Amino acid sequence: MVETYDPNVVLSNTNYNVVGTRPIRHDGLDKVTGRARYGNDINLPGLLHGKLLRSPYAHALIKSINYEKALAVPGVKAVVTSEDLGQPSDAVADIGEGEIRNIGFLSANCLAHKKALYVGHAIAAIAAINPHVAEEALALIEVEYEILTPVTNAKDAMEKDAPLLHENLITTTQMAGPGGTGENEPGSNVGKHFEIKAGDIDAGFADADIIIERDFSTLPVHQGYIEPHAAAASWDIQGNLTIWCSSQGHFAIREQTAKILDIPVSKIKVVPMEIGGGFGGKNIVYLEPVTAALSRKAGVPVKIAMSRKEVFIGSGPTSGGTSKVKIGATKEGKLIAANIKLIYEAGAFPGSPVGGGARCVLGPYNIANAYIEGYDVVVNTPKVAAYRAPGAPFAAFGAEQVIDEICERLGMDPIEFRILNGAQEGTRQVTGPTFGPIGFMDTLNAAKEHNHYGTKLTGPYQGRGVAAGYWGNGGGPSSATASVNADGTVSLVEGSPDIGGSRVAMAMQAAEALGISAEEINPTVGDTDSIGFTSNTAGSGATYKTGIATYEAAQDIKRQMIERAAKIWAITPSDVEYNDGTLQHKSDTELKMTFKELAERLNTTGGPIVGRATTAERRNGPAFAVHIVDVEVDPETGKVTILRYTSVQDAGKAIHPSYVEGQMQGAAVQGIGWALNEGYYFNKDGEMLNSTFLDYRMPTSLDVPQIDTVIVEVPNPGHPYGLRGVAELPLVPPMAAIANAINDAVGTRVTDLPMSPETVSKSLSNQ
Amino acid sequence: MADVWIPTQMQFFTGQKRQVEIAGDTIGQIINNLDKAFPGLKNHLAYNDEIMPGLAVIVDGEDTHLGMLQPVKDDSEIHFIPSIAGG
Repeated sequence: MVETYDPNVVLSNTNYNVVGTRPIRHDGLDKVTGRARYGNDINLPGLLHGKLLRSPYAHALIKSINYEKALAVPGVKAVVTSEDLGQPSDAVADIGEGEIRNIGFLSANCLAHKKALYVGHAIAAIAAINPHVAEEALALIEVEYEILTPVTNAKDAMEKDAPLLHENLITTTQMAGPGGTGENEPGSNVGKHFEIKAGDIDAGFADADIIIERDFSTLPVHQGYIEPHAAAASWDIQGNLTIWCSSQGHFAIREQTAKILDIPVSKIKVVPMEIGGGFGGKNIVYLEPVTAALSRKAGVPVKIAMSRKEVFIGSGPTSGGTSKVKIGATKEGKLIAANIKLIYEAGAFPGSPVGGGARCVLGPYNIANAYIEGYDVVVNTPKVAAYRAPGAPFAAFGAEQVIDEICERLGMDPIEFRILNGAQEGTRQVTGPTFGPIGFMDTLNAAKEHNHYGTKLTGPYQGRGVAAGYWGNGGGPSSATASVNADGTVSLVEGSPDIGGSRVAMAMQAAEALGISAEEINPTVGDTDSIGFTSNTAGSGATYKTGIATYEAAQDIKRQMIERAAKIWAITPSDVEYNDGTLQHKSDTELKMTFKELAERLNTTGGPIVGRATTAERRNGPAFAVHIVDVEVDPETGKVTILRYTSVQDAGKAIHPSYVEGQMQGAAVQGIGWALNEGYYFNKDGEMLNSTFLDYRMPTSLDVPQIDTVIVEVPNPGHPYGLRGVAELPLVPPMAAIANAINDAVGTRVTDLPMSPETVSKSLSNQ
Repeated sequence: MADVWIPTQMQFFTGQKRQVEIAGDTIGQIINNLDKAFPGLKNHLAYNDEIMPGLAVIVDGEDTHLGMLQPVKDDSEIHFIPSIAGG
């Protein structure tokens, strides 16, 4: 008899009318029928098309740029270089206004200032009557380069005599902040070197009965979003700029563009288009300032859309890098010391996610003695960008393998080991703070009790791996307004670009608060002139922070509806109750109105009702995940096949379980790709050799099994419905879980990503 | 007085002390008093009299959002750690 089980489980202790149900998303029909408008769907009268000239060299001084011949081509209307942008400083002190990016570096990444720092670095841009004319004219731009020796990995870049990318780069000791240059600095390729210390690691290792130490590496990998970057820009006669683009934060695009062009934010309106995936890669500008500069010169609207190759070579993957992980435990299985060194490549400008890796690498564990060291190193490759739980996945790849090896040596079950050592409420993190209410134990127990973990493997060369992950989740400023319509519906305008179904999640939180259905809320993402400032859809924080703003806007409506009902009934507001979308007198049952009935009367009883709220909350609860994976390894070729995969995660409260499951499944698939296939391969000159989806091999549906999910719900006290961020965490455990499964299958520890057939074969032959 | 945990890289200012006791009713006062006790520390925690971009202030285990205005209690535990930026 075949045992049956539910592939998608929600372990819920709380029930609501709307929250936790699975309504159809409001934007779904437009998306599946091709009606949704993305960044490249903008067409305006007189629109020109832009193309970028990109550097063929990984490291070169730009001696001169002559574009006279290109400008003379019929149909070419404008050419810009970095001289057409503002000239923001890249000095280390010039940060502020809530941005942690160095605007000088950000500007130089959009259009190279004095140096080309990677193959694909944008040098100049042309606007023409169509993309073909623009592309042909690019060849007529004459750039005189002085070619310099490139360094494309951190090891070479940290050598004493390595070529310097930035002559005056300061090595900061701060985990936070972007770094920058100083006037009289000798220069370094190390933008950051920091330490975290807890307890006494010498004493800890002295007490350890078992110590495992290994080195790990990863290549840079790209987020692989399906929609390439695209932006359009247009200026009006008064010097106001409108930008249409898909991004993870149109307010951040506005702020970055304003600083790069040196104009006030009030002169820019950014209109958010639908976004075809971001995963962290669409938090910063690439095209927007360039498009705006072209449009300003040409006097008509301009649009630029990247090709897939440009996305690979001209936008940010996540860091390549190395780690050294040394962990000690007692023979009873108690973790007592860890020493971890993380070296992350930042690409051409400082700012890798090494701080995130350091903060999260030991997050799941109660460990008293730890030393973590992080290096941020510039190299002649594309400037890295965020990618789901930035920094944490590669850090976990090493730590979770070493912990698995300790379990193996001690003969302990890997989930039981983690239960013994796992973080709980009150556990002090190695970074200092203690955890509040968290769900790691519940998550571990759910994994242990899952059908997958109890099922026996069925063949030779099969193995099972387990890994855990931690991510802190973020919050920040956010805004929402909600207008009651005469038909009893509510028009909700909020500021978070919707990457993964957040609009329906906002609608559901408003609906729950108002006691109406999700379908009666019409959510839209407002442009920068139509809604208050909202920070990026990042840090797994959109449904959290904008959910709070939405909830509070709904409470504002409720307060006003109660006052209006009291006015109509000539009673005091304190005598009116609001329950499940109905207003009624607390004692006189004759006085009763539904939300819809009152909505119809608003304009004749005092005017419209609009709820509004803002927040800056950051208490988005930390979350934990446990992944279980079965693999089969071909011992002849080293090919790894994923047989079964289960993702278990604490979501606090899943507002819309289908979209939480989608995040868990999608991240697992991205993790499978990072684990087995993906990576940037450069030749000695720094040219990416696999800049197409044919050669940069992301998983397809044929490469992965159904990803089973278990949503654990340990409520976050920092949110009205208890949710925690969910989107980034599930990319933390996959690579380590798969490596542990490979070891279980064929007895070899694969320490380099990707674990391609070649890498696995080498590891097997080195046994 | 509040129990202020000094980030590893800033313990240079405190003679390698990881924890120091500092008086103050708000994070702004705590940072100013920290700077009086350990001159130069403020430059690493604040910029233009705001919390340094990219730093998170944790008070009694919770991420805070009021910046320099964040109230603290006499027995609060305060940490300065990198904020979660995220993807």
